[in-house]
This record gives sequence, structure tokens and C-alpha cells, in this order.
Amino acid sequence: MNTNNAPPPVGSNQPPKMTARGVNVFYGAKQAIKNVSLDVRADEVTAFIGPSGCGKSTFLRCFNRMNDTVDSARVEGEIKLDETDIYAASMDVVQLRARVGMVFQKPNPFPKSIYENIAYGPRIHGLAANKTDMDGIVEGSLRRAGLWEEVKDRLGESGTAMSGGQQQRLCIARAIAVDPEVILMDEPCSALDPIATARIEELIDDLRGKYAIIIVTHNMQQAARVSQKTAFFHLGTMVEYGDTSTIFTNPSEGRTKDYITGRYG
Amino acid sequence: MSLTILFLAAFGLALVGFQIGRARGRTLVATSGIAAGTAARARIGAVHSRPNYHGSFVALLALAPALVVLLGWSFISEGVLTDSVLASVPAAERPETSLDRTSFMNEVRGLAAGEIDEPFDLATIPASRVYAATQTNYNMLAGAVAATLAALGGFWAYSRLTPQFRARNRVEVAVRWGLMLASLVAILTTLGIVLSLIFESLRFFQMVSPIEFLFGTRWSPQTAIRADQVGSSGAFGAVPLFWGTIFIGAIIAMLVAIPLGLMSAIYLTQYAKPSVRKVLKPILELLAGVPTVVYGFFAALTVAPRVRDFAVWLGMSDASSESALAAGVVMGVMIIPFVSSMADDALNAVPGSMRDGSLAMGATPSETVKRVLLPAALPGIVGGILLAVSRAIGETMIVVMAAGLAANLTINPFDSVTTVTTQIVALLTGDQEFDSPKTLSAFALGLVLFGITLVLNIYALAVVKKYREAYD
Amino acid sequence: MATLASSTAMPVEREPTDWSSTRMQRRIARRYAAERNFRFLGLAALGLAASFLVFLLFTIVRDGWTGFLNTEVRVAVTYEPAILGLDAGRIAATADPAARRAAFRQADFAGLMLAASEQLGDFDSVVSEGAWLALRDRLEADPALLGQTEQVWVPVRSTIDLLNKGKFDLEAPEISRGVSDRDIRAWQALEAQGKLRTGFNGIFLSTADSTVPELAGIWGAALGSLLTLLVTIAVSFPVGVGAAIWLEEFAPRNRWTDIIEVSINNLAAVPSIIFGLLGLAVFLNVFGMPRSAPLVGGLTLALMTLPVIVISTRVAIKSVPPSIRDAALGIGASPIQVVFQHVVPLALPGILTGTIIGIARALGETAPLLLIGMRAFVVDTPQGFTQPATVLPVQVFLWSDDVARGFIEKTSAAIMVLMMILIAMNSVAIYLRNKFERRW
Repeated sequence: MNTNNAPPPVGSNQPPKMTARGVNVFYGAKQAIKNVSLDVRADEVTAFIGPSGCGKSTFLRCFNRMNDTVDSARVEGEIKLDETDIYAASMDVVQLRARVGMVFQKPNPFPKSIYENIAYGPRIHGLAANKTDMDGIVEGSLRRAGLWEEVKDRLGESGTAMSGGQQQRLCIARAIAVDPEVILMDEPCSALDPIATARIEELIDDLRGKYAIIIVTHNMQQAARVSQKTAFFHLGTMVEYGDTSTIFTNPSEGRTKDYITGRYG
Repeated sequence: MSLTILFLAAFGLALVGFQIGRARGRTLVATSGIAAGTAARARIGAVHSRPNYHGSFVALLALAPALVVLLGWSFISEGVLTDSVLASVPAAERPETSLDRTSFMNEVRGLAAGEIDEPFDLATIPASRVYAATQTNYNMLAGAVAATLAALGGFWAYSRLTPQFRARNRVEVAVRWGLMLASLVAILTTLGIVLSLIFESLRFFQMVSPIEFLFGTRWSPQTAIRADQVGSSGAFGAVPLFWGTIFIGAIIAMLVAIPLGLMSAIYLTQYAKPSVRKVLKPILELLAGVPTVVYGFFAALTVAPRVRDFAVWLGMSDASSESALAAGVVMGVMIIPFVSSMADDALNAVPGSMRDGSLAMGATPSETVKRVLLPAALPGIVGGILLAVSRAIGETMIVVMAAGLAANLTINPFDSVTTVTTQIVALLTGDQEFDSPKTLSAFALGLVLFGITLVLNIYALAVVKKYREAYD
Repeated sequence: MATLASSTAMPVEREPTDWSSTRMQRRIARRYAAERNFRFLGLAALGLAASFLVFLLFTIVRDGWTGFLNTEVRVAVTYEPAILGLDAGRIAATADPAARRAAFRQADFAGLMLAASEQLGDFDSVVSEGAWLALRDRLEADPALLGQTEQVWVPVRSTIDLLNKGKFDLEAPEISRGVSDRDIRAWQALEAQGKLRTGFNGIFLSTADSTVPELAGIWGAALGSLLTLLVTIAVSFPVGVGAAIWLEEFAPRNRWTDIIEVSINNLAAVPSIIFGLLGLAVFLNVFGMPRSAPLVGGLTLALMTLPVIVISTRVAIKSVPPSIRDAALGIGASPIQVVFQHVVPLALPGILTGTIIGIARALGETAPLLLIGMRAFVVDTPQGFTQPATVLPVQVFLWSDDVARGFIEKTSAAIMVLMMILIAMNSVAIYLRNKFERRW
């Protein structure tokens, strides 16, 4: 494990919510992530950008151990949530994933009603004492996701019958419902039209401060709009990490500059 | 001259036609006025088709009429020969039942072919001479007709060959027709099944009322040969058969197959490592490849006595050695791989993003299976189970060997029950009189079985198809 | 942002979840226990299914392996021309082997065997009633033996054979153990005299059915299966592949095509016994074809196998990418040429795999053949496609029904042979699939 290349301290003085140190990820014999270290702060949105296949999604999935579901994947290095190593044997994956929620590239509501989609997480984790409690959680989550006004009269309808943008906001509401501390978003807008994308971006901005948010995107404008920190990935390595404003205006690495100015991607 | 030789001769004639046609085609190419050194561009189109197509065209036109004649003859020849042989036998020695006729004709054929030296029935010796003579005459006639038609077809085809003649197109049209005819065999088979079942069933329902058949509760089809014999009136109430079929195939077998098959599929798709899956899946496939007669033998010889011992131990001193339970359990085992593979397909059709979504919420794999995957896969699984039921109620050998013939209307799994398929086999083996209700009732049972499995299959396939489309 | 904040009142803040509370910890422990139980249930279901298979195979091999062995007793035989009713001088003078064989066929070998077995004294009943066949074979092989005496090993009766293989519980009282005291004494005495030997059972693999277990063999049924399957392949392969090509490549999308597709899909799921009814009603009653013949059995099974071949061929053809067709059409090949020169060769491994699987299923099929009379008791090996014959699975069924105890091991042994052929066929199919399967 290599801890020598700790990233330069940036931003506020409060301790980081999650830290990654010397992370390597292998798929079988192929190495997808090479020795990446960075910090994620609780009150900021962190964006991972880079060309397709650069490993940014793979790296994201290390933060809630979703790589465990891939048989051939192997993760080395250290990732901490509030000073606890999430890859330690004592770490409980179920709890970890309740604390670190995730929103996927394609909206994936369960083929259940809108209400049941939101209630799913609180129910399996036993977060609601009774029906009133659960109703409160469902309403609160939908409100926070900005979906309440649109769906409050049809909570019994299937989640799969909504539009793509609504589905994705439903998935965000579903993640919020278990009251996580971190939300991982894996290209949440790539399957959506521009108007739906704008609504999701507003929502992300709205959620900032309440949750630490990591968003993977291949859309640089989006990263510039929603994030405070940006990490640029290329070929499995993290090329550059820093304040979003700095990365987009004055990148220190030539490769970052080439990517941002559209030389490749 | 046997039919096999006639067929071979027809193909030989076609081969000759092919050679002649191809030679003609080559001559056309050589004489079409193009020197060997001419550019390829000029050669294309001078003679429309390649020589092989000219050959095939001639061969096809020679072969097709000959084959039609020979095939037609081979289908009816045994019937014609049997009639003329039987007509030659003095009325007193003529066999009466169809079974006697069959064995009589077998001896006649054996004698004619020189495989039997001494027949049991001496009347077959002159009959066999008639058989041999008639066969030779008719085969010669059929062969002559076929050869004439082949020659006519071949000559006509040969006369059409010119450089401009589109032999390839003609041959390809013929090939297309052949392919289409092949696909019609499926319809003909379905039609054959439906018509023969309906036709024979109608004859049955002229003797026994459909109401009695469908709703009667007493089944005892042993009609007497002589009218004064005891129990000469058969009873054809098929309800006990339907119940036995459902009891064994749709209840007991499914109680075994659904939990085991479903849990196996869940374990294989959700938990097993690829290396484990590689070992376990072929084992399930092997279970599916065991012939049903083996399961039947296993049920009758190994499982049934144990079930009986168990029933005696429970206090049923008169327990039957042929029980619904033994047949049903073994049939359930037979169905496990079927249910498992249907459930496997259904679970795999659920998009991986559902599973990821649930796991990312912090659900355990079993919670994901129970609350997300199974509800999402339910239509596919239900469709698969319906197909499994349809297969179980149509299964024959296990119940023939282990379930028995007693038509009981019982819910005691240790009792003997009988099924539709068991009765069909029992009714159609041994002496067959094609005008007795006993034999014909087998076709009525077959019609019911066909109808029920057809409805189940169509419905289940529609459910499965709709379910697949929902996730595409 | 502004629009969002104004349109939605922010909900009341919830207390953050305390994951370390005892209630939560206990809940999580419970959930993990449920997870373990569920996983165990899955493994148990698989284990149960697998153990059924192992148990089935185990009982069959346990009961059946001795079927490949048989017990013989040694007797001294003098080939007396007088008993046989043969003229030694004429036989010696006959140069034509066929004529000599004809003479032997007329001779009274059964009487000779009876005379020879008398030397066994009280135990003369141990010799099989068909043992004289062994004597005839000896003499046919070497006519010079006529008038000579030699020691010959001949098969024993099934009961003695089973005793020698330890199939009876000798501790049980006579009434329930299925073998008489007299037979046990005979067996023990002969065993003590060293007159019994156990060896490879050539009879089982080389003869057809018989009423007595020790003379019954599976060669007749195996040959019947072969003839039947030849008919099945000859009909179902070309028709099935042709139909699949038509449906995949040429059929217009219309009602007829839909009807054909529905027919094929349904035929694939029709119970096999229905095909037996079809064969009986159409092939036997309408066309008047001979009962019990491999021709009719093969045709019936061909109709049953057809949908399997059509469906697997269509899958194989579908998996050939359209770019191959476009490439061939682009250089001027006709559609028929494209199909037969490019698509079918590329799809061939898939087609063959499906065909072998379909044929293997036909080989194990019993019910439809029972209805067209292939359950006939046939003591001769079948001679042709129209002669009465039986097939392996039907032979299994017939023997399993026989009350003679010796048939249990014959049935199990026949199942072993059938299963070995099936496993071999399926292995070939899997090999083909793995070796030639192409992923585009």
C-alpha cells in the first residue's frame, strides 16, 4: 500500500468524509485502477471526469463496495468512511451501503409502486416504526428529490411507468430514503434529455451540504456546473485533482488541458 | 425388385441426368464463341448459368416425377398387398382379428423374404407365394411408370438447355419449394394429430355420451368379447383419471419440483461461483437427460416399496405397492431440471441494474432475491411452471410403471390412482379392435390430454414471451 | 436552486440513523442469519437434486453390473451322433459348411445336453434350458468333435446364477427368500466341487430377448434402436433443417408463416404419447404399414424430433451475423447460394448439436413406441426396416415388468448400456458446441 502520494490539502479544515489511499483495482489479471488517492468532503460535490474506460466508474464503485458483486474484481488499498476502513473484515457491507447510497447510470426503479420503491430501503433496514413513520419518510424523500408535487396523487402507480427523468429522481429519492451520509452518482444524466438533466443538476446542487456527493460524468460542463472538486482520470490513473474552478481554468497537467479543451475524449 | 432398389435406381437415373446436363452446359460454354483469353467481363452473361446448374436442372426434372410415383406407391403398397394376399386365402382360413391379420402377414412376409422356414400357420405358405408374385408385379409396374416419367422429364429438361436458359433460377426455385414443403410438415403433423384424435373420438362419442365421459366417476373400460360375459358393460367416466393425472402431475410432482427447482436456480444464479456452477449445472442437465423409462423403473423398484413400508409404518396395513406418492415424487425429481432452467432464464432476464440497485441500498442478497428479483421474475417463473405442469401430466412411463391401473378417486397419496396416459397405454396394448369403445376411448383421452396441454402451452408461452419483452 | 426551493417545502429533518445502537445491531444480525439460512436452503435444494441422481445411478449400477457377468457350470459332453440323430460319416463327408450347419440345426442338441447334465447327479437341474445352444456352437465351430468327449462350460439357470452372485439373503426363511433349499444345496455342492465359474456375459451383449433371464440379451433391442434411429435421422434431419432455413431466410411474414411457427412451438411441447396415437391412427391404420416395425417407429419419432431440430437450427442460423449475408450478396451470390454456401456451413455446429440432442431424446423415448406395437416379444435380431423389432428403452420396460427375479439385473444392465450411449451422444454434442461455437 502506498500512502506517500497523499493529495494536496484543499478547501476547508474539517476532516474529510471519505478518504482513499493507494487504491488499485484488478479485473482478473487486468488492472483497472492504478494507485489512486483522494479525499471527499462532506459539504462538497466531487466530480470524476475522464474519457470512457478510464476507470472512473470502477473507482466510484469502490466507495460502497459494489465491486464485490463482480466475481473477478479485486480491490487493494485503503478506503475510509469517517476513519473506518470499509474494506476491513469487521465492516458490514449492508450498513456501509445504507450509509453510502448510489444512483446508477440508467434509472433502475424496481417494478413496484412509487411508494414501495421509496419504502424499500427503510423497510429492509427497519428505519420506520409504523405506517405513519413510513409515510413521513416517503414524503420527505420525494420532497427532497423535488418529485413530491408531481407524484403525490399517484404513489400507487408503478415506478417504471414514469418518464426517464422522473425515474432517475425517484432513484435519488430512494437513495435518500435511508438517510445516507454519502451519495455516489454514476453518470446519472447520461440517459436523460437536456431538460431532465437540468432538473437533476438543480437537485444535486440542492442536496449539497446535506450529503457528501461523488458524481461520475463524461460531460465536462456538468462537472463544472455542479461540483466543487474535480478529479481527472485517464487510463486508470488519477491525473489531476483539485478545485473545480482551478481544473477548468488552469489545469497543471497537459493531459487534463487536452481533455478539457476537447483534444480527445 | 424391392422398393429400396427402385428408389436407388431413381437416384441413379437422376445422377445420369446430372452428368448429361452438365456436359451439355460445358459444351455451351465452350461453343458460345468466346476465346479462352477473353476478359472475364465478357464471359459473364454469355452463358447464363454454370454447367452444374444445367446438370441439376436435368436431374431434378428426372427425379421429381419418379420420386412422387415411388413414394406414393410405397405408402400404399403394404395395404394393397395385404388386401390381395388376404383375398387369395380361402375364407375359412382367413385370420379374423386385426392382431391375427398382423401376425399372419408377418409370417407371409417372412416366408416371402426367406427368413422363416417353417410357418406356424400353414395357410401362409400359398399366401406367401401370392405375396411375392403380386409384389414383383406391382413393383415392376411402379418402376416402369417411374422410369418412363423420369426419362420424359429428363429429355424435356435437356431440350430446354441453351446459353440463355436460366437454369440456376429454375433450380433455385425448386430448392425454395423443397424448403417450403419441409416447413409444411410441421403443419401436417399438427393437422394429423388433431384430425386423427377428433375422428376417432367422434366414433367413440357415438357409443358413449360425452357427458358420461367427462363427468362420470366410474371407469371400467373392459367391455366383454362375448355379450353374455360377466361385466360386459364398460363404464367410461373419466373423472377418476383426470383427478389421478392432476394429483400426481400437478400436485405431488410440483410440490417436489417447484421448491427444489426454484431454490436450485436461485443458488446457481445468485450464489454459486462460476467454477461451482460449471460442475452443478451439468448434473442438473444429466438429471434431465435420463430416459423416463429409467425413472419409471426406479420409481417402481426402489421408491414404491419404501413408500409402502412407510405407509404400513404409519398404520395403513393395506397400503398399495403402487402409490400416487411414489410416482409423483419421482416425476417431481424428473421435472426439477426443467423448473430450474426456466427459473434460471426468468431470473437472468431481470436486468442486472435491479439487482445492483437493491444491493446498493444495503439489501442482503436474499432480501434482493425475495423482494426484487422474484417479484420481477414472477411472470416468467409462473409461465415456466405451467410448462412443467403440462409436461408432467403428459408424462407416461413413470405412471405406467409405478402408478397402477386402479381408477380411484382419492386424496390419500398412499393409495393407487391411475392417469390418462397410463390408461391410453393400457387400452392400446394387447388386442385391438378398432370399433370397440374400449380402444376408441384411448383417443378420446388423448384428445383431452392434447387439448389441455395445448392450452397450457400456448398460455404459458405467451406469458413467458410477454415477460421477456417487458425487459428487452 | 431557487425554483426548486420555492416550489417544495423542505421536510422536517430526521434524526440520523444510529447504526451502532443495540436494536440496529440485533436487527442486522437477524438479517444475516436469514441470509445464511436462505443460502443454505439453496445449496440444500441443489444437493438434494444431485443426491437423487447419485442414488438413482448408484442403485442401477449396484443392481446392474452383475448383469455383465454370468455363471457357467462345467460338464463333460460326449458328442454322440446317436443322440444327436446325425450320421457321423455323412457329416465328415460334407464339405459345404452351409449344408453342415443345416444338418446341425436339425440335430437334437437338447437331448445331448440332457444326457450330459445327468452326470451332475441330483443337481442336473442347474443347467440352463438353453445351454444346448453352447454345444451346438462348439460343434459348428469344430465338426471334428463329433463322437469325441470334452469338458464344456455351459450357462446355469438364472437362480443358480443369482445365488453365485450373492443376490439372495440366505439367512431369511425359505418362504421369503425367493430360492429353494434344494437350489442352495446344488449351488453349494457344485461350488465346492469347483464346477462353477463366473465370467464375462457374452450372451447378454450378443442375443435378443428370451423368456429365461440367463439367455436374454440386448443385441436385438440395440439393433432395433439403431434401425429406428436411422429412419428418424433420415427423415427429421433434412426436413427439420429445410424447414428452419425456410422460416429463417425465405418465409414471407404472413399468416401461413405464423401458423407454421405456432405449430412447431406447440409440437415441441406436445406429450410424446400423442405422437404414438398419431402413428397408430395414421401410419398403421390409414397407410397400413406393418406393426412393430422400425420404419413406423422411426417415422413417429422423427415427427417428435422435428420441432427440436427446427428450433435449434433456427437459433444457429440466427446467430450468423447479417454482415456475412450482405458480404456474399454484395459480390453477386443468389440468396440460395448465400444460404447454402455461407450461412448453413457457419451454423452447422449448432445444427448438429441440436440434432444430436434431439436424437438422444428419441433414443430414450418409450411411450409412443408402445402404442405402435414395438413392445412385441422379439427373439430374433431384426432383419430389416419392416420386420418386427423392439428398442432399448422398450426392452427395459418389458424386462422391468417380468416377474422372474433374474430380470432385475438384466433391466439394470440394459439401463446402464442405454445411459452410456446417451451420455456418449450428449458428450459429443457438448464437445461440438464448445469446440466450434463462435461468438460474433
